[in-house]
Amino acid sequence: MARYEAMTTIEKTTDEVLQLASTHFKVPREQLRADDDFFKTLGINSLQALDLLTRLEQHFHIELPDYELQGVTDFRTLAERIQSRL
Amino acid sequence: MLDLRKFTSLGEALRAALDRWPDETCLIEADRDREKARFTYRQFRDTALPLGRALQDAGLRGGTRAAILMTNQSKWLISAYAIFFAGGVLVPLDYKLTPVEQIRLLGHSRAEFLIVEYHAWKAVTQAPNFQALTARVIVVTEAPPSADLLGAKRWEDFRAAGEPVFVERGLKDPACIVYSSGTAGRPKGCVLTHENYLEQCMAVAPIFPFSPGARYLSIIPTNHAIDFMGGFIMPFTGGGTVVHLRTLRPEFIREAFTRYKITYMAVVPLILTNLQRGLRERFAGLPPMKRRMLAILISINRAFTGGRPRLGLSRTLLKDVHQAFGGGLRALLVGGAFTEPATIRFFHDLGIPIYNGYGCTEACTAITLNDQKPFRPDTVGRPVRGMEIRTRNQDAEGIGEVIVRSKTVMSHYLDDPAMTAETIVDGWLITGDLGRIDTSGQLQLFGRKKNMIVTEEGKNIYPEDVESVFEGISAKEYCVFAANYLWPARTMVGEQLVMVLRPEAGEPVGEQIARSLAERNRKLLNYQRVSGYLIWDTDFPRTASLKIKRADLADEIRQLLSREAVVPL
Repeated sequence: MARYEAMTTIEKTTDEVLQLASTHFKVPREQLRADDDFFKTLGINSLQALDLLTRLEQHFHIELPDYELQGVTDFRTLAERIQSRL
Repeated sequence: MLDLRKFTSLGEALRAALDRWPDETCLIEADRDREKARFTYRQFRDTALPLGRALQDAGLRGGTRAAILMTNQSKWLISAYAIFFAGGVLVPLDYKLTPVEQIRLLGHSRAEFLIVEYHAWKAVTQAPNFQALTARVIVVTEAPPSADLLGAKRWEDFRAAGEPVFVERGLKDPACIVYSSGTAGRPKGCVLTHENYLEQCMAVAPIFPFSPGARYLSIIPTNHAIDFMGGFIMPFTGGGTVVHLRTLRPEFIREAFTRYKITYMAVVPLILTNLQRGLRERFAGLPPMKRRMLAILISINRAFTGGRPRLGLSRTLLKDVHQAFGGGLRALLVGGAFTEPATIRFFHDLGIPIYNGYGCTEACTAITLNDQKPFRPDTVGRPVRGMEIRTRNQDAEGIGEVIVRSKTVMSHYLDDPAMTAETIVDGWLITGDLGRIDTSGQLQLFGRKKNMIVTEEGKNIYPEDVESVFEGISAKEYCVFAANYLWPARTMVGEQLVMVLRPEAGEPVGEQIARSLAERNRKLLNYQRVSGYLIWDTDFPRTASLKIKRADLADEIRQLLSREAVVPL
């Protein structure tokens, strides 16, 4: 808990993105890191990445247009895109 | 459908379409479950012409090049019509490329105008090569009121009073410059003429007839030749409706099918397999009794539709499945890359006709189309009307390189007479694909002769285009190949790129190299990446000008190493 409180906002968002990706794609959380290429780590294609975007929208109660995924391959940048819309 | 033989340009044909069906709906734009815009042909014309006038006032003349960089939406087609009306040459750019690549292609095309969506424009302005942007007039759609557009104009305000002057174009004049590859290497800008498009439309439209009320769901990027034809020229010249959906999320695609009663949709194999997976999951989730009943109905449908589709029967037998597709779907067109016969069979068994085809941008989209007469999932069909097709240098099994000749074959590659001469020989387009034409005239594909891959998303990837991101790695020399070029395989599914690497003498290989390659790989879009590497320990053969002799190097590798030597990344 203390670790979580010490996190910055972007770190918290990144952590939640990683947790959600882990649950949705059934990949152990400890295997996922913020700078990982999610296409490779999760073994997903571009359509499945859009599915992840939908889950993230539901979790964060925001709307993420498809183009927000354009050129994004790592969890941290994805979290930054989310953060800018929170 | 209009009689396209009467027209000499896309602008002229589209103008006639707008006059022919003024009160029919030509465009619907939806974002998720919200409908954002709807246009009749008259409203489309009334929106496009003031834009055409403004483009002319800004200097767009007959032959001026104007690029569009947008996702699928109404402003794409409205802008394209305005450009054609004013006699411009359209340069449709792929919004999925990186901004750096987009700027490079814009430079190569020498487009003076750029019509671009705000988010894409923002990315372009932040690209390291932004200063190299050569377009003179930039028009940005949907920019927030407070946005600083760095001198670009707002699409919504960029209109001028007065009728623009319709500029006549001839059949042999260029209509579009479409890039089939070459984002970093040697750009392949296919110069397609008005005749190419009009002929292609006349060849394909009889198979997928449009009339008022027929609706096409547009999800393949409109810059892609398939959607440009299927999601613009064909429906418009038939009085149909194009439905744009500004998302590719499966849940909204499903909803659009039912809400808009879609008649046709074109997909790439990736989307088709995704749809297949979704349906399988749904079927698996049914209660056991219903699942058994569904299996029986599918068997009955298969028994009655083995040779050809019987849409009415299938819609009755498998009502729920067809209702999920809106109930009015006549065909799913699949192209852009090779589709597994098993996937085609899956949909056919459900009574959903899949028309798979084969083509390339250089031939203005379709070369062959499976017209379901009879149903043959193992082939890509027969040549479309007006297309001559042959195979050359056949092996003992009759497999050879596919070559085609027709009025749809592009004029040339922009500014590259040498590559044009290699690709169009005595009027025949050399496709680089390997196939066999069977006794019933159907084409079967068996791989490629050329060093490239096509992804499930329908993207052509050439090794030369990805090599530049590896510049500076710790190696004496390196070269990227399509794995199936090094070790020919009779398949066009799951194609991959491999890196051949010659380390510096004494340099460690192994994890360090893998890490360095993986790091560079990430700079590429996910579908462009190199999947593994090979260590090679002799000098690469080179020409007098020090270019790598790729074919010779491939021969040497093939003789000494097998596919198993590839270390996955």
